[in-house]
Amino acid sequence: MRLSAPEILVDIGALPLRDITLEQGVVRIGALATHAQIGNSPEVKKHVPLLAQAVPHVAHPAIRNRGTLGGSLALADPAAEYPACAVALDASIVVAGKDGERLVPAEKFFKGLFETDLGPAEMIVAVEFAAIGKDERSVFLELARRHGDYAIIGLAAHRSEQNRLVFFGAGATPVFAANASRAESLDAAVAALEDDLDPPADLYNTSATKRHLAKVLLTRAWNTLSTAH
Amino acid sequence: MEHALDCTLTVNGTRVQRRIPARQHLVDFLRDELGLTGSHIGCEQGVCGACTVRVNGEIVRGCLMLAVQADGCTVETVEGLSDSREIAKLQKAFHQRNALQCGFCTPGMLLAAQDLLSKSRKASREEIRAHLSGNYCRCTGYQAIIDAIEEVLSSDEG
Repeated sequence: MRLSAPEILVDIGALPLRDITLEQGVVRIGALATHAQIGNSPEVKKHVPLLAQAVPHVAHPAIRNRGTLGGSLALADPAAEYPACAVALDASIVVAGKDGERLVPAEKFFKGLFETDLGPAEMIVAVEFAAIGKDERSVFLELARRHGDYAIIGLAAHRSEQNRLVFFGAGATPVFAANASRAESLDAAVAALEDDLDPPADLYNTSATKRHLAKVLLTRAWNTLSTAH
Repeated sequence: MEHALDCTLTVNGTRVQRRIPARQHLVDFLRDELGLTGSHIGCEQGVCGACTVRVNGEIVRGCLMLAVQADGCTVETVEGLSDSREIAKLQKAFHQRNALQCGFCTPGMLLAAQDLLSKSRKASREEIRAHLSGNYCRCTGYQAIIDAIEEVLSSDEG
């Protein structure tokens, strides 16, 4: 989209940042792990099922072979899948710079439209996700014009003690629906979306359409989120 | 300042050494430098799938990868897959089923279809559709393309 015109490009593709490891209840995924790799990983399927559910919605096979977790988060497209998953799962983004590494909570990482907490001399090296607990549940739902396209609207939802409902395609960044997440019933949660969401219209859908579709997705997700295994 | 890098890659089985401008996309390199014009340039932003090629055995978008990133890699285009007869059955089925009209999307369709065939010998129509969802065709309405791929799948099972 020619949003920037850097004078020098540095290919980080050969750096050893592709590993997916599970250690002490934390799944650490290297920034250069591809969508295909994440989708095929038994560790991700078992311990970060929300991410595994999201992968088939990320573009198409030829793109999933090249695109990476770190790339998606650093670009911070508001209609992309991984940023919303990272916020819903309260992931920690591992950022490296000249002075070493720092951990940024996903919710604080996304600052605005295509804007992140990354400084000019920093890059994402990994993302850490807590492995899902036995009473926790995740649901990923997305509506798009063509399978694999960027979302009209989507929902990344995770329930531990409380729901964390995060919508994408719903604002400049992933949108945490705070009121709906606190609601005890589906009716209350759907009603709360009126206050939580004010999605910008896109070329094909009005703001009202997107909010309506957000309610549809929440309704579809609710049973899975609120039913014990 | 224009940067260029010395690269060595294997394209359709032939070792190629070139000094490649850092900003040249892989598909432009294949077409303009090597004359392999079977990979087409449609949207140039990863949406249409016409530029699909294989790098180290995996399909990728030729428009979303820089040619210098293919240094040391094995690249295969529709010309290579056609010459080796790897996609002969698909080509025949596409022809017989009328799975192309203008032909612009066809090289990308063949690459994506062959990728599916190489991974799953029992794909359903839904799975075929999902695997080709990143390839636009503006002529056929897709049915004939799915038919052709399904035919190759079922002929191999029998």
